[in-house]
Amino acid sequence: MPQSLRANILSQRDINKETFVEPWPEAGLMVTDSPNDPQPTLAFDAHGRVISLDGRPRADFDVIDTFIADHALDLEAAPEAMAMPSLSIARMLVDINVPAAVVRRLANGCTPAKLCDIVRHMNVIEMMMGLAKMRVRRQPANQAHVTNRRENPALLAADSAEATLRGFAEVETTVGIARMAPLNALAILVGTQTGAPGVLTQCAIEESMGLRLAMKGLVSYAETLSVYGTERSFIDGDDTPWSKGFLASAYASRGVKIRFTSGTGSEALMGSSEGRSMLYLEARCLCVTRGAGSQGVQNGSISCIALPESLPGGVRAVLAENLLASMLGLEVASGNDALASHSQIRKSAKLMLQFIPGTDFIFSGYSAVPRRDNMFGGGNFDAEDFDDYNVLQRDMQVDGGLRPVQPEAILKRRREAALAMQAIYAHLNFPPITDIEVEAATYAHASEDMPERDIVADLAAADRFLYSDMTVQTVVEALHAAGFDDTARNIEQMLYQRTLGDYLQPAAIFVPNSAVNQSPIRAASAITDPNDYCGPGTGYRVTGARWDEIQRIPQAQSPRDFIADRIGTPMKNLHDLADAKIGSYNEVILAVGPAFGRHLTKTINGLDHERVLEAIFTGVAKEGMTARLVRVYHTSDCAAIGYVGAELSGSGIAIGLQSRGTTVIHKKGFPRLHNLELFSFSPSLTLEIYENIGRNAAKYAQGKTVTPIKPSIDNWARLRLIVKTALLHRRETEAIENKNPKEVYFDWEPDI
Amino acid sequence: MSNFSISPETLRAQAQAAQDAGFIQLGENMRRAAELTRVPNERLLRMYELLRPGRSTQAELESVAQELSEKYDAPLTSAYVREAIQVYAERKLFR
Repeated sequence: MPQSLRANILSQRDINKETFVEPWPEAGLMVTDSPNDPQPTLAFDAHGRVISLDGRPRADFDVIDTFIADHALDLEAAPEAMAMPSLSIARMLVDINVPAAVVRRLANGCTPAKLCDIVRHMNVIEMMMGLAKMRVRRQPANQAHVTNRRENPALLAADSAEATLRGFAEVETTVGIARMAPLNALAILVGTQTGAPGVLTQCAIEESMGLRLAMKGLVSYAETLSVYGTERSFIDGDDTPWSKGFLASAYASRGVKIRFTSGTGSEALMGSSEGRSMLYLEARCLCVTRGAGSQGVQNGSISCIALPESLPGGVRAVLAENLLASMLGLEVASGNDALASHSQIRKSAKLMLQFIPGTDFIFSGYSAVPRRDNMFGGGNFDAEDFDDYNVLQRDMQVDGGLRPVQPEAILKRRREAALAMQAIYAHLNFPPITDIEVEAATYAHASEDMPERDIVADLAAADRFLYSDMTVQTVVEALHAAGFDDTARNIEQMLYQRTLGDYLQPAAIFVPNSAVNQSPIRAASAITDPNDYCGPGTGYRVTGARWDEIQRIPQAQSPRDFIADRIGTPMKNLHDLADAKIGSYNEVILAVGPAFGRHLTKTINGLDHERVLEAIFTGVAKEGMTARLVRVYHTSDCAAIGYVGAELSGSGIAIGLQSRGTTVIHKKGFPRLHNLELFSFSPSLTLEIYENIGRNAAKYAQGKTVTPIKPSIDNWARLRLIVKTALLHRRETEAIENKNPKEVYFDWEPDI
Repeated sequence: MSNFSISPETLRAQAQAAQDAGFIQLGENMRRAAELTRVPNERLLRMYELLRPGRSTQAELESVAQELSEKYDAPLTSAYVREAIQVYAERKLFR
């Protein structure tokens, strides 16, 4: 079929590399409101025992129904919540006069179908309002992914040290080869605790291995405790709600934070959606999560994100699942992790739904390494997007959990972390980390910048660590022995925090402790720092030191000396004479602005004013005419300068020239804002063009036919130079004096 | 290793704090955790393994429940496992 040229261009756009499909409820390919979703119902017997849930009698309950009925529902609030119209609860979510606790109490009495019925009434802006209110922790935070293809320990440590400096509150790693888990966990632990204590770390790995790493003290939290919304997918995930609940308690018994993981699309991807919508199944997951006593959840489709995004309303549904989790009082680490779109526009637009309201962890996580080194499935935002992300925070005065950092500070921190790893490996007799590796890790961007390591020897060391009685304490001893006392003490601080258990509370992260004679860090959680947002002027605000920090991106410069190189020494061959008179012979007036050649001596394009005058005079002379130079004092406006010139010109033709280089050819009798030719793109104007402007003006004066000049137009120039333009114009305006236009003598003769 | 262990008393205090703030199930989880502080690492890993689907017979899980209540004085966790036994029997999740 023949296509227009535009359709050709569109077909090659990144957005058209994505897959889009129509909904198919039976296959679970429907994000919300499947015709197979049940209506919300809940019934109890005389003993307060649930006898039916979302249209299903107890006799037909699967493991998930039973678990929700017996563990998840707040039966005291349930009758009221289930009887209340869903629309009323939806409105309470966006009503600033209804506190979060009131909504949360009702939500905890809702069945999964009822939860879906509430958010069904909400559009994305209302969901974002709801999320801002229901978020568990007062201040949003962010999580990083740190991995690399070569599983290089020095690079893992350096990258996690950088991630810490950049502000991430949690760092997650994983493995290419499962046996590497202990050493990867060790590397990010050492990296994150270089400089200051407090960043939580985890290694995504098989469930029992994860618990083993926690017991060894190598990780301080675990997140990949996955749950699913249908019985078959739950069992395929190799757990039951009870085994997951037991696992949650097992972690807590060792003082280790956990959060569950779920997300829309996983059941459809595993082929057992039972024809339900993705959001309904996710609501079941969230009830299981709360019922099992997990303090929080990683949700927002996570690694399945491309599946809901292939369907209509997919991105809205993903926001809805974040909202549902927060309604239930769960800490939300809200996805934005796996590669979700080829399109930079689409991926950024999707991010805004979590970035603007703020979630407990906006990403779960942000790839703090280049995408190709991300072992979690790509990283929707990666290390190459750091500057963009910092600018987004600065643009919107939004706390996205990161901070801009000076490049020198990053190098220092990276080197220190790599050196600490080198010392630990030497002390434990692991395959050495060479000086060359330390140096490479300090400056590396990606794993290809690192020398190869002997993977077989590293794996043997990993096994040795796991199956011996070595623990994190062995590592602490090694650090002390090698003189890395600060890092050792920071790791000991993290172990001490385990004994306190404060960070087992909902949405806990560690923040600096301002109290004197206390630990340097404290847990900020739903208990200590609950979200108290209830409308404008309340809740967490980006102000004070945090706002200062967000503003100070290293690229920002002082505008005060922005135009210093356009000022220069005033022209010596330019002399004011008497008041300018109206000319009586055929001439071209060149009228310049008040600062021209005096307060300013160069155009925005960097051309000396003297050379510009020479070019225009030469152009006029080449057409056999002379130019008379006049300075306009009372205005800095280009059109006005040209207009005044034309009024004075014997031929009625004048060139108006601002100091920044903007030029107009004006004609007597024209309205001020009309003209013969206007050259508003001053950054594109060259001496050759100025000469041609002189020639054209002379031709107009002689009544000749003139071909207007077409300078090349660079639409990006305005974007790049707008601050400079504003400041140059400000300087010209400052030079305004209440004086008549003056005749100016330019001590120069054209070489014609 | 013991010097970075959380104590059962601390866990129970945290459980109370959670429940006072409305996080009921998190508090219950912490109370089970307080009981599990007494279970050695390897045994804890093994118990978790036995609770996973298709890993154990009913008798094996019943002995875990009994071990929890008798050997480790963990009545809450024991009851939790007994609840699982009933559901696993109904949904055929034993080995």
